[in-house]
Amino acid sequence: MKTPAASTNPSENQSIVSFIMAHLRDYVLLIALISIMVFFQFTTQGTLFMPVNLTNIILQNSYIIVMALGMLLVIIAGHIDLSVGTVSGFIGGVAALLMTGTVPFFKDANLPFKFDAFSTAIICLILGAAIGAVQGYFIAYYKIPAFIVTLAGMLIFRGLELQVLGGSSVGPFPTLFQALSNGYVPDIFNITVAGGPFNVLAVAVGLLITATMIYFNVRNRRAQLAHGLAEEPIEIFWGRNTLIAVAFIGFCWLMAYYRGLPNVLVVMGVLISLFIFITTRTTFGRRIYALGGNEKATKLSGINTERLTFQIFTIMGALSALGGMIYAARLNVATPKAGQGLELDVIAACFIGGAAVTGGVGKVTGAVIGAFIIGVMNNGMSIVGIDIGWQFVIKGAVLMLAVFLDVYYKNKR
Amino acid sequence: MRQIEGTQRKAMQPILEMQNITKTFPGVKALTDVNLSVLPSEIHAVVGENGAGKSTLMKVLSGVYASGTFDGEILFEGKPQHYRSISESEHAGIVIIHQELALVPLLSIAENIFLGQEPAKRGVIDWFEAIARTKALLGKVGLKEHPNTLITNLGTGKQQLVEIAKALNKSVKLLILDEPTSSLNETDSNALLELLKGFRAQGISSILITHKLNEVLKVADRITVLRDGKAVDTLDTHTAKVSEDRIIKAMVGRELSERYPPRRSTIGEMMLEVSNWSAYHPQHGEKQIIKNVSLNVKAGEVVGIAGLMGAGRTEFAMSLFGRSYGQKISGEVKMRGLAVDVSSIPKAMNAGLAYATEDRKTYGLVLIDHIKHNITLANLGGVSTRGIVDDIEELSVANRYRRDLAIRCSSVYQTTVNLSGGNQQKVVLSKWLFSGPDVLILDEPTRGIDVGAKFEIYGIINKLAEAGKAVIVISSEMPELLGITDRIYVMNEGRFVGEMLTREATQENIMRTIMKSWEH
Repeated sequence: MKTPAASTNPSENQSIVSFIMAHLRDYVLLIALISIMVFFQFTTQGTLFMPVNLTNIILQNSYIIVMALGMLLVIIAGHIDLSVGTVSGFIGGVAALLMTGTVPFFKDANLPFKFDAFSTAIICLILGAAIGAVQGYFIAYYKIPAFIVTLAGMLIFRGLELQVLGGSSVGPFPTLFQALSNGYVPDIFNITVAGGPFNVLAVAVGLLITATMIYFNVRNRRAQLAHGLAEEPIEIFWGRNTLIAVAFIGFCWLMAYYRGLPNVLVVMGVLISLFIFITTRTTFGRRIYALGGNEKATKLSGINTERLTFQIFTIMGALSALGGMIYAARLNVATPKAGQGLELDVIAACFIGGAAVTGGVGKVTGAVIGAFIIGVMNNGMSIVGIDIGWQFVIKGAVLMLAVFLDVYYKNKR
Repeated sequence: MRQIEGTQRKAMQPILEMQNITKTFPGVKALTDVNLSVLPSEIHAVVGENGAGKSTLMKVLSGVYASGTFDGEILFEGKPQHYRSISESEHAGIVIIHQELALVPLLSIAENIFLGQEPAKRGVIDWFEAIARTKALLGKVGLKEHPNTLITNLGTGKQQLVEIAKALNKSVKLLILDEPTSSLNETDSNALLELLKGFRAQGISSILITHKLNEVLKVADRITVLRDGKAVDTLDTHTAKVSEDRIIKAMVGRELSERYPPRRSTIGEMMLEVSNWSAYHPQHGEKQIIKNVSLNVKAGEVVGIAGLMGAGRTEFAMSLFGRSYGQKISGEVKMRGLAVDVSSIPKAMNAGLAYATEDRKTYGLVLIDHIKHNITLANLGGVSTRGIVDDIEELSVANRYRRDLAIRCSSVYQTTVNLSGGNQQKVVLSKWLFSGPDVLILDEPTRGIDVGAKFEIYGIINKLAEAGKAVIVISSEMPELLGITDRIYVMNEGRFVGEMLTREATQENIMRTIMKSWEH
């Protein structure tokens, strides 16, 4: 089954250039992220890449990325969810009540017992999924536009968040719950380098994941070659893999100088891999793309589009709950204003990442990179000391630019 | 007499001359040195297979492709023209009416006709004048609707007439109609063609772009045939007798001795039986759309459903296919003699049904996705295990159908929006074939498809029947039904009003059956 596609190409360089041009949209995003990082590395006099700051960026953006994964499915399906911010805040509040056993909205009464961190997390995830399910039910089966249903949800849960917390902040939480955001995967090696601890586990995990990724990439490429499908020039394939390896191992190496791998990074990593798998390999994911691309044709192809929409919003609800818990755990307190405006960062991450408002288009990697673009900008601008007002202006301009470039290239083609 | 008329017309100065038009897209030469001249008071037909360059030529003429983006000269009324937009060509008196109507459905006739050029004083619209003028315009095209009627409440035929009235309002000198009758029934089509003749008498020329050659022969004074971006022939119907076969020969560049592939039918066991099928309008529950329809089709048999537009054929098929249309649906469905449940699309598919829609773009394809994904959409389970898609298996399936149905594409990763109508239809057929049905309902399978691709689609239908499938074909083109089916049901106003074996049927007796059903 050897293939003619693998045979030598007379104009090899030509094909590399044309391939990059054809896939510019995929690379532009990565190039943008790297440029922004390099830019802030200089303007912050090297603070950006300091291990402690790098860890901070992860912690600050983890909940946005978690929610962006769900939002991506929603957007691919051709919908939107405006309620994720306040739902996450509300769930954070509920988690606080369950764990501290206080009920501020009911004359500061106390619950007869307190929930432990683990059962709280389970209850909150189920509650979040239920909230998503209710909104999804109206969107899927009554065909009420998601914009309206989730706008209502946004108001409702903003109100409920204020009410359950009685307008006050509730905390602190058990250590186990805090560990969700502030904990680190314990090192098993305990090595000291240059007078400080060096987390060998982080590097080991980095190497392991990099090796696994490259293994799967190579395997995938072999399968493509065997079927004459490999469009990507071999130089670009290896260049891409080397870049991933360097970036990944370098990142873990830096993390190792601080406290190693944050727990939340592990959670994120697992979720990102899972969602890449869902969107690229499963029938469920495929159907979401089809639904967003042409709902009528998808329905007439025997796919239960209502149930699919319902499921997507249920997943979104559960992820909002997880995001809310990560946020609360990080602050070690649930505040009445937690999560407000978060939906804007989450939605912006997806659109910067190349998802289409019209549905049917979008990638998990795009949304993750989009979230990091926003995250690094937030972080860098804060360190440099740019006024919060200008920060919003700049973020808005970047979103506009990203979507403009997307539309511009689409029309040009 | 005709001869004299012919020579007289020759001497006239053309109203429009397009000279040596060449239009290139990146990598493709869409038009090569095309010449087209239209005389005053002439109906000039432009015909050609899909992709021959008809639409491109009209876009060049109307300014969609601005002057300078193509080579060649356009002379209108003897003067060179350089249109940079549609509004400039409209200003000169060239109005194009597109295949997809450009009317706003929730505005009234008057509002649509005056959209963008409302009779207004300082921004305040004079509705009395607008309505009075609309009435006059509607009179010219033979419409008796009130100007305040919303477009959405008109049928396609009447909407077309509103478009023409809108063109007349712009003091049109040259009217371009792109596939005006593709979604009209025979009566409306004829009325439209008569209208064009009326305009000709008033001195308005028309360019008629159409696939329906019988219409061309009915009204056209001259016919320009495009093939592969070149004007290969211009025929004058007044100086010589022009036949459909003559035009087809010029269009495809070869003699199509047979327009339908030979068919040897071996009809087997009873496959699908539908009895007393009824359905009501989805919004107006009191309106019965399908009235006690009974139908059967056997393995290896191709059954046609003939009827005029609006007879309820699509509605019947869709209500049968998982209740995709209508409400209060009742009736019995049997497959191979056993009662089956078709109350949802997945259930209908399980029972062995497949329905390929008449509207490929809206209901058939995910246009932004590529061929491979579209082919497996209705049967993702067939290329996956426990919810995980096997890419390689999916690819080989897609390539198999690409080969079997001769889908012309660069690869199965080509986006379906870029395919021609015929190839899009083949993708839709592939999708349904891969779902493994026993009965295929094909709704207008060759609409908007060129002659060559039609022939291929007929071949596919034949092969399906030979493989033991039962096929139901809904078509508005009677010659097509007579060419490819074994048996024909005639439908009118929601009822089956006749059934005949194809070898005993003629266009005349199908039409007679329809007409007679109205008399009751």
